[in-house]
Amino acid sequence: MTVQTKPKGMTRRQLLSRSVAMGAAFVAGPGFIAGSDAAWAMETTALQPASMATLIQMARDIYPHDRVGDEFYAAAVKAYDTEDAAPEIEAGIAALDAAARGKGHASYIETGWERDRVDILRGMEDSTFFQRIRGGLVTGLYNQKAVWPLFGYEGESFSQGGYIDHGFDDINWI
Amino acid sequence: MVAKYDLNDDTVVVVIGTGAGGGVLANELAQKGVKVVALEAGGRYLPEDYVNDEWDSFGQLAWLDARSTSGDWRVAKDFSGLPAWIVKAVGGTTTHWAGASLRFQAHEFKTKTTYGDVQGANLLDWPIDLAEMEPWYEKAETKLGVTRTGDREGLPGCNNYKVFEAGAKKLGYSEVHTGRMAINSVEYDGRSACQQTGFCFQGCKWGAKWSAAYTDIPRGEATGNLEVRERAHVLKIEHDASGKASGVLYADQDGNQHLQKARIVCVAGNSIESPRLLLNSASSMFPDGLANSSGQVGRNYMRHMTGSVYAVFDKPVRMWRGTTMAGIIQDESRHDPSRGFVGGYELETLALGLPFMAAFLDPGGWGREFTTALDSYENMAGMWIVGEDMPQETNRITLNHDLKDQYGLPAPNVHFDDHPNDKAMRAHAYKQGMAVYDAVGATRTFPTPPYPSTHNLGTNRMAENARDGVVNRWGQTHDIDNLFISDGSQFTTGAAENPTLTIVALAIRQADHIASEMGAGNL
Ligand SMILES: Cc1cc2nc3c(=O)[nH]c(=O)nc-3n(C[C@H](O)[C@H](O)[C@H](O)COP(=O)(O)OP(=O)(O)OC[C@H]3O[C@@H](n4cnc5c(N)ncnc54)[C@H](O)[C@@H]3O)c2cc1C
Ligand code: SF4
Repeated sequence: MTVQTKPKGMTRRQLLSRSVAMGAAFVAGPGFIAGSDAAWAMETTALQPASMATLIQMARDIYPHDRVGDEFYAAAVKAYDTEDAAPEIEAGIAALDAAARGKGHASYIETGWERDRVDILRGMEDSTFFQRIRGGLVTGLYNQKAVWPLFGYEGESFSQGGYIDHGFDDINWI
Repeated sequence: MVAKYDLNDDTVVVVIGTGAGGGVLANELAQKGVKVVALEAGGRYLPEDYVNDEWDSFGQLAWLDARSTSGDWRVAKDFSGLPAWIVKAVGGTTTHWAGASLRFQAHEFKTKTTYGDVQGANLLDWPIDLAEMEPWYEKAETKLGVTRTGDREGLPGCNNYKVFEAGAKKLGYSEVHTGRMAINSVEYDGRSACQQTGFCFQGCKWGAKWSAAYTDIPRGEATGNLEVRERAHVLKIEHDASGKASGVLYADQDGNQHLQKARIVCVAGNSIESPRLLLNSASSMFPDGLANSSGQVGRNYMRHMTGSVYAVFDKPVRMWRGTTMAGIIQDESRHDPSRGFVGGYELETLALGLPFMAAFLDPGGWGREFTTALDSYENMAGMWIVGEDMPQETNRITLNHDLKDQYGLPAPNVHFDDHPNDKAMRAHAYKQGMAVYDAVGATRTFPTPPYPSTHNLGTNRMAENARDGVVNRWGQTHDIDNLFISDGSQFTTGAAENPTLTIVALAIRQADHIASEMGAGNL
């Protein structure tokens, strides 16, 4: 993930080359964040791009699915990028970074091992900030239709006439 | 021609709520030539409107008015503003329901006699028994088209059922089948056969599952005797100087208030709203609320002892394909105190889509313990536990004067503490449920906590004596002759079985009684 400022007139490639790698995404200047593999990119309007990057990492650490790409986590927390939500989120991220420093790390996102980040999160599990992010992810992440196939879930079948001719009883190992 | 009645017409029967109780009652009365105005807080949605997407459908149909919770039940922590999962729509929660339709067992009408004194439980015998209910059950089964009753065949078993059945048989259970379901296994009563689309909880787009929304309601309207006013939210039941119910005050969709006069008022708003309405209708004559001389209005709230067991296997199950509730184990539904509790429970398969599974598998859970379970979603099977819970006087609906609904009326608070009998039964059911899946090679099992209540019962209970309960054997309030309760809040005790068949049977019976009493000039 990479977070990046978006100066006017720069090409995407230039942006990416200037970026500072942070975890799986990189900040590419104010208002812009992208996947390290350039597979996705997202503009931020109210949140600091670095905070968005931290938020995405936090989302993944709360609900880690190794086969689910960062873009889904990014989409899940994108809703916090508003003028109304930003102050509380920035304060929450600041608290998260402070907790990381308290445990001897440079910041949350620069904490290398998931187990260490989870340890930081456990310490703030009861905070409103943590619960807000976790609660929002339950629908924000798992209710994305694009994420369902990664779990094998097929969703509605009415449009194809139901599962009656599409494997409702096709189990073959029982 | 759909009927249209004047607000000042005081010859009509007003039915509040159009779900399993109210929807059926309204139609049955209309069929008998009785003039009925049914007031329904929700809008009208038909199969073409249903959305086969869990959260979108929830947003479309669920009752989301302000509510609060208290007590030691886990729902109060996990879903503090959503004690119950019920529907606000014409047809009520019969749009959402899964369709499991079971008769009570004989002893479940007589729990005080059968179970004896259970400390802390407010047990009471129903004033009616199974023999009296049998003909009404038969009418209800015919109306709903319940499989495995009459000459109706069972549904075919889906993947989720096959895992469940194999485990059950290995464990030695014998009463295992694809259930008695109000879902057509073949075309019936003008409705199509089940196409195994798997969104029974979101409203059946084929109409294969019975719902009052597209059966009883339009049929009642077709008689020309029933007027259904949708988006009409009843705020208060009014009475005259003699203490008889005289009409109801409701708000239309624009918030304008109207008073509909009535000859008889029947309350069927489900077991949270029905007692709340009686309490919110308090007057100088009835300061504790209508029909509350016993003090039992809102008390003895029951929600069934529930929980779920999900299991992961090393191979795919794909439980979401096919009927949501696709089979049952009935061996544990007997009363057998040697298990360490009174009453019994049923095990019924249940499938949730990925979005609901994420919300309900382990509410509040996070980290890899949680996510590795969802990673195996495709290999998951699931069942729901439904058992008899103990009525307790302190489990109750009260008015929360600190929380107001959109009309400025006190919201209901739902207080619930598990009884030790409920806990012992749940522990037993978790053990058995996990054993079912272990028997067929589960690699991991999950004893999942209860969801917001889908079965809400008992808050205006039926009792022989006026001092013990709110209504008599006909659902007529002991205190006010022309005020009836017509939903699951009448239940004296909850039994192990899913409640709707009994709600429907009682509604058919009540319609018969009301019509004949009206004919005889007694009402
Ligand atoms: C997901 C789910 C699955 C279920 N599966 C099963 C099952 O398999 N088997 C089974 O037996 N049961 C099942 N149930 C339970 C079943 O749906 C209920 O028991 C049944 O619908 C209750 O009937 P009722 O008449 O008491 O209330 P409802 O059907 O809830 O109807 C009450 C109606 O009253 C309206 N109302 C409330 N207050 C007011 C007011 N003040 N003014 C106007 N209108 C008002 C509501 O909007 C609603 O339409 C399930 C429920 C859910 C949620
Ligand atoms: S599985 Fe059957 S009953 Fe359920 S929604 Fe689909 S068609 Fe209707």
